[in-house]
Order: sequence, then C-alpha cells, then structure tokens
Amino acid sequence: MISFDFMYFQPSSITETIDMYNGVHEQGEKAMYISGGTEFITFARTNKVYADVIIDSKGIPECNVLEMRNDDVVIGAAVSLNKITNSNLFPFLGATVKQIADHTSRNKITIGGNINSELIYKESVLPLLLVDARVKVVKGTDVRVVSLKSLFDRKMKLSPGELLLQIIIDSSYIELPYISLKRTKFSKVGYPVVSVAAILKENQLRVAFSGVCDYPFRSDEIEAILNDSTIPIVDRIDKVLGNLPSSIVDDLQGSREYRSFVLKNVLLDVMEEMEMGE
Amino acid sequence: MNWQNATSKAIIHLHVNGETQEVVVRNADTLLSTLREKLGLTGAKRSCENGDCGACTVLINGEPSHSCLSLAVEVVNLPITTIEGLLDSPVRTAFIDKWAIQCGFCTPGFIVNGHALLTNHPNAKEEIVEEWLQSNICRCTGYQEIKDAVNSLIVENDDSINKTHPRLSK
Repeated sequence: MISFDFMYFQPSSITETIDMYNGVHEQGEKAMYISGGTEFITFARTNKVYADVIIDSKGIPECNVLEMRNDDVVIGAAVSLNKITNSNLFPFLGATVKQIADHTSRNKITIGGNINSELIYKESVLPLLLVDARVKVVKGTDVRVVSLKSLFDRKMKLSPGELLLQIIIDSSYIELPYISLKRTKFSKVGYPVVSVAAILKENQLRVAFSGVCDYPFRSDEIEAILNDSTIPIVDRIDKVLGNLPSSIVDDLQGSREYRSFVLKNVLLDVMEEMEMGE
Repeated sequence: MNWQNATSKAIIHLHVNGETQEVVVRNADTLLSTLREKLGLTGAKRSCENGDCGACTVLINGEPSHSCLSLAVEVVNLPITTIEGLLDSPVRTAFIDKWAIQCGFCTPGFIVNGHALLTNHPNAKEEIVEEWLQSNICRCTGYQEIKDAVNSLIVENDDSINKTHPRLSK
C-alpha cells in the first residue's frame, strides 16, 4: 500500500503535460512524470519517493510512437519493452531489453522509464549508447533533439520539468553484428551481475556495460584496448579490468571478485562471438 | 485539465470481466488492492507487491500484468480480466488434469498468464513457454506439472504433428 496521497493526471498532449508540471511547480508542490509507473509504485510503497502530483505521460501520442520514419527508428518513451522486442524494428535493442525483468513486467516497463530509472542498471541504455542514439526532449516550449550521450552521464541528466519524448536511432545501425549478454546470480530473471552489449561497426568493437560499476557506461579507453589486435585477447581483457571508470560493485548480487571473474568470461564470449581474435 | 480542483481520490469505472464497475479509489490504490478490497475479486493474490512473484497477475487489455504494479486510475477504460473471468478457460481444466496445484496460492496467476500465453501463441515453442512462465513463482516448486498443463494445451491446439512439442512427442 502506498501511504501518501497524490493527484493523478494523464494528459493527452505535450502542451498540457508541460503546463501542468509548471503549474504544480509554481505552487511549490512536487510533480513527477511517470510512463509505465512500475518504479514509482515500488518506490512509493516503501517511501523511497514522494510526489504531490503524478503526471502520466502514456497518454501523449508522441510518447507512443514505434515506427521507421525516413531513415530513423523512432521509439516513444512510453513504449513498453515487450512492444520494442516484438516489433523487431531494432533487434539489438529488442534483444537487450528482453533480458530486463520478466515477461509480464515488460508489458508495463517502458523504455523511457528504464532509461530514467533510479536503479543502477538501466540496461536499455547500453545499445542506445553504442549506436549514437538521439533523444527528443521538451521543456516549456523548447523541443530539442540531442545526442543521448550528451544527456547521459551515469544517469539521465534531465533538468526539472524536462520530459523525454522519443528515442531516435539511425537505421544504418540495424544490420550491424551485435551481441547482448547478461549474467544473473540465479535464474534468468534478476538484476545483472554483469550485462554487456556490443556492436561491430567498421571492424571496431563498441562495448557498453551494466552491473559492473554502479552506473551503466561506455568507455573510449576500454574500446581502444579491446580493439588493439597487437595484444592477445586475454591480456586485453585483463587490461580492461584495470581501466574501469570506477570500482566494481560489491554487494549481495555478487562480490567484487565474483563480478570481476564473470566480467572476464563475458568479455571472452563477446570477443569470440564477434570474431575479435588476434 | 485543471489540477487545482483535483483531489487525491476519484470515482472511476473499471471494466472487469465484461462488466463495468463504479468504484471510489485513492489515486494511490493499486489495481490489486482495488480488485480485492473494493470489488471483492480475491483471486489475484497479494504476495510480494513488487512485481516479482506473479501471484497478482491479471490481464489488462489482453496482456498479462502484475496488478500490484498498476494504479487503478491508470487502467480506466481498459478491459481487465481476472481469474474469476476465466471460468471457462481450458487452462483451468488442464491444471486439474495435470495436478498442477499444490498449495494453490500461485495458481490463479499461473492460469491467467498461461491463458494469455496460449491465446497469443497457441503453438508456442518451449522457449516461449519458458519465457512467459518465468514471470510466476511457485513456492511449492510445482513447475514441471505447471509446464505440463500448459504444454498439454499446445498439443490440443495444434493440428500439425510436425509442430508437436518435443517433450510431448514421446
């Protein structure tokens, strides 16, 4: 049971949504956007989050788009993970989000919600970082399209009241070889001990990680190491472990040593699958 | 939409099992608590309340959904089906025939999910069955019988011998 009360709205346009957020904010009350709402409900139940007003973005048509538009794949922020997988519009993203939570939950979890999650994993961002995805965001009357990379540093850096509308992916990435591997502690359903997504573009491997450090990341240094064919693969992987952007997570899901061991093995699988031998 | 005149409660209409029900809810009420405490539909079970166990599974717009992870106010205007609305589902009979019940607490969630699975994938391959059923937990660990119950309907739904599920081809 959620212990606190809030007002709930499901506006049907961007303008209505933004006006409502600003109106609530001007009154000194706290408004929060949701799309799937799963994280809000679980966090609210345990009093980890509070809001006076919930603004549900799934009524906004722009947030429900899932289509090829000219040379881009356009995905609305309120599209569920299962719809993305089932559409097969962008198989790399579909395969990665298929590993998040369980099938029933993926009917409710949205791509926008997962990327904006307060949890450390946010696995749907991995392929998006690798394909230089762009995002359409709105604040006030200002709608802008920017690179996801410019807004994502450990987590999404949206300013208060700014709303993620869409994710845009250049279709030239659709046919590239990819792999997405997730290792959990027990069953297939669960938070990752290690999750790695990789894509091969112009013979250069791009790799992004979740579950390793306490935020998802893509690193130029790590990609340079993995693409250095003058070094044996096992040495490259050892070198990667010395060049992680922060310390490896050490928690109940997996000790630092265990995550390190799993990461090495996952990277070996990635290198083998992507034929990145010496 | 004027937020300043709004309150934290609402009178909503829910379309449950083919009937429209008027109900007064807090905006903070989950669909699970509304079904159980306001509408008397106690088939969906309260367990983890965290979307982990599947005991509260209902169909929202035909898709299996954890009713503990939906607000009642979110699903206004969407058709909702609970276990009470699946009296004629062959999945119920299959669970009895295959003894896919031990303590029974998880059973409604499994049947609702299995019903959606077979509706969407009448000839589901093992990979699909595994993926869908992983959404539900049975603390009695009766997974084999539950899978057998679901698989028995895949065979019955399938008129092609070549598509017979490997486990059932013995």
